[in-house]
Amino acid sequence: MAFRWPQFFHKLGSPRWFYRIGGLWLPWLAGIAACFLVIGAIWGLAFAPEDFKQGNSYRIIFVHVPSAFIALAGYYVMATAGAISLIWKMKLADIALKCAAPIGAAMTVLALISGATWGKPTWGTWWVWDARNTSMLVLLFLYLGIYALYNAFEREEQAARICAVLALVGTVNIPIIYKSVDWWFTLHQPATIKLTEPTTMHASMWQPLLLMIVGFYVLYTTLLIERIRVEILVRERRTRWVQDIVLASGA
Amino acid sequence: MLAEEQIPGALQACRGTFKRDLLLAMRRSGDIVNPLVFALIVVTLFPLGIGPEKSTLTAIAPGLVWVVALLACLLSVDRVFRDDYLDGTLQQMLLSPQPSYFLVLAKVTVHWLVSGLAVTLVAPLLALMLSLAGGGYLPLLVSLLLGTVSLSMIGAIGAALTVGLKRGGVLVALIVLPLYVPVLIFGAGAVEAGCQGLPYSGHLAILAALTLMALVLAPLAIGGALRINMDD
Amino acid sequence: MSEPLLEVRALGCERDHRRLFENISFAASAGEVVQLAGPNGSGKTTLLRFLAGISQAFEGEILWRGRDINAAAIDYRGQMLFLGHAPAVTLNLTALENLQWYFALNQQVSRASLCAALADVGLAGYEEVPAYRMSAGQQRRIALARLRVSQVPLWILDEPFTAIDRAGVVELEGLLAEHAARGGMVILTTHHPLNLDTPYRRIELEGANAG
Repeated sequence: MAFRWPQFFHKLGSPRWFYRIGGLWLPWLAGIAACFLVIGAIWGLAFAPEDFKQGNSYRIIFVHVPSAFIALAGYYVMATAGAISLIWKMKLADIALKCAAPIGAAMTVLALISGATWGKPTWGTWWVWDARNTSMLVLLFLYLGIYALYNAFEREEQAARICAVLALVGTVNIPIIYKSVDWWFTLHQPATIKLTEPTTMHASMWQPLLLMIVGFYVLYTTLLIERIRVEILVRERRTRWVQDIVLASGA
Repeated sequence: MLAEEQIPGALQACRGTFKRDLLLAMRRSGDIVNPLVFALIVVTLFPLGIGPEKSTLTAIAPGLVWVVALLACLLSVDRVFRDDYLDGTLQQMLLSPQPSYFLVLAKVTVHWLVSGLAVTLVAPLLALMLSLAGGGYLPLLVSLLLGTVSLSMIGAIGAALTVGLKRGGVLVALIVLPLYVPVLIFGAGAVEAGCQGLPYSGHLAILAALTLMALVLAPLAIGGALRINMDD
Repeated sequence: MSEPLLEVRALGCERDHRRLFENISFAASAGEVVQLAGPNGSGKTTLLRFLAGISQAFEGEILWRGRDINAAAIDYRGQMLFLGHAPAVTLNLTALENLQWYFALNQQVSRASLCAALADVGLAGYEEVPAYRMSAGQQRRIALARLRVSQVPLWILDEPFTAIDRAGVVELEGLLAEHAARGGMVILTTHHPLNLDTPYRRIELEGANAG
C-alpha cells in the first residue's frame, strides 16, 4: 500500500531522527524523574503521617501503586505501538513495541513484589489471592506471553506484527479480566481479609503518592526512550550514521 | 474469462470450508477422542492426589471440572490451522476472493464441534467422578456449551499467531491461558452457584456476552494473524 | 498489443540487510507468458509472492488493470490463481474433494466438470481415492487440474513442472499456450526450458548482488 505520510509522522517514523531527538530529551526527562522520585520518596517515607490502622507498612503503596499504574499503562503503550505498526508499518513502532514489553513486565513484577511485601505485615502471609494481586499476576502472564511469542520468531518485522495482534487482543481482554477478577474476589473474599486499601486517604498521604506516580511515569518514559535508542543502534548498525556515532565515541 | 457472478458467495464458500473441515475431523476421529480421554485421566488424578473423601471432592468439583474441560479444549487447538498451513491450503484460502472472516469462522466452528461440544457432552461424567452437587449439572452443561465457544475462538487466536512456528505447543498455552481467565471465572461461578442453590442466570448471561464478543472479534484477529504468518 | 494488464513499477526488496533485487519494472498484456529466470536465491519465488499479494514487504508498485493489487485485494484475488511450492492438496481428502473445496471458494463449477478436469490430467478413476494413496506426481496433478477448470485471467505459477513426468510437462505446456491464446496471462518460474507454441518473455533476475 502506498501512503503519503504527513511530514511529522514521517519524521517520527525515522529511527535516526528519533535517536537524535530522544538523546536531547533524555537528560531532562531523567532529571525530572529523579526529582519527583526523590522528593516523593522522602516525603512519603519520612514525613507523611502513619496510618492509624496499618502503621508504617502502608508506606509500601508509594512504590506499589505507581508501579501497578505503570504496569497497566505500559501494556496500553505497547498495544498502541502495535496498532501503529500494523496500520502504518512504521519501523519505530515495531521497536517501541519490543522495548515496552520488558519494562512493563518489570513494573508488573515490582508491583507484585511490593504487594507481597505489604501483604506480609498486613495479612501475615506473602501471597494472598486478592483481586489486585491476582489481576497483576494475570497481567504478568500477558506480558510473558508477548515476550515469549516475540522471541519465537526469527524475523523482527514479523515478530513485531504478530505481537501487535496479540497486544491488541490483550487490550480488549484486560478490562474484562480486571472486572471478572474483581467480581470473583468479592464472591470469594475470606472474612479475615476485609481490609484492602485505605479508601479515604488524607491529603498528606496522597500528595506524595501523586508525586511518586508522576515520577514513575516520567521514569517509564525515560527508560523506554533509552531502550528504543539502544535498539535503534543495534538494528541500524550497518548504516553510515550509526557507524559514525560508534567511531566518534570509540575513538 | 471469469465473470463476476461466477465467484461463489461467502455463504457457499463457508459451507464448502465447513464441510471439508468436518470431513477431515471425522477421518481423524482419534483427534476427537484423545482430549476426552485426557480429561478423564486428569480427573482420575485428583482423587489420587488429594484423597477420595467425598466432601473435599464435592467442594472443588465445580472449578475442577471447568479447569479440566478448559485444558482438554486447549490440547487440540494448536492444530486448527497447522496442517492447512503446512500443505498450502491456508495460503489458498487467504488468496481466494472470499473474506477470510467467514472462512475462519467456519473452521473454528468445526473445531468447536469436535472439541468444545465433545468435552461438554463428557463433562457430566467428569462431574460424577468428582461428586458434583446435584444442582450443578444443568449450569455445568449450559456454561460449558456457551463457554467452550469462547475457548475455541480465543484458542484459535493463539493457534493463528503461532502457526508459522515449527514448535507451537507450549507457546500457544502460554498465550491463551491468561485470556481464558474471565471465561473460567464465570463458567465455574455458574456451576458453584448452582451447587449452592443460588440463581446462576446472571453468570450465564455474562458468559453469553463474552462468547458473542469472541465470535465477533476473534475472527478479525485470527485472519490478521494468519495473513502475517503467510508472509514469511 | 493491447493495454497492459499487469504493471510492475520499480520493484525492490531487501531481505536481512541484503538487496534481493532492485528496480524491476515490466508490464504484461493479455496473451503473454512471462518466465522469471535466474539462479537460486535470486528472488524469483519472492517476486512471485509479491505478485500474488502474499507478501507486501517490497518497495515500488504492482498494478493490475491500473489498480494497486493490495488496495483492491479481494477483486484482484478473484482474477488470479496462484500455485506455490506447497500445492494445497490435502492428503486426507480425495482428489475430487480437494477440487470441490478449492472451487467452493473460487468459482462456481459443476461436479461433472471437475471430474472431466481430473480425467484430463490423467486421474480418471482416481476421483474417490484419497490423495495420500497417490504418488507425488499424481498429487501435483490434482493441483494442476485446477488450471483446467479455472477461468481467471492471471496464473502465477511457481515451478509448476516439479514432480511431473515428461508427458505431463508437454500437456502443461500446451495448457499454458492455450491459456495465453484465450487472452489469459501466465507468469511462472521454472528451471525447465519452456517449449511453447506461443512466444514468451524471459525476465532475468541477476541475484546475489550483496551490499
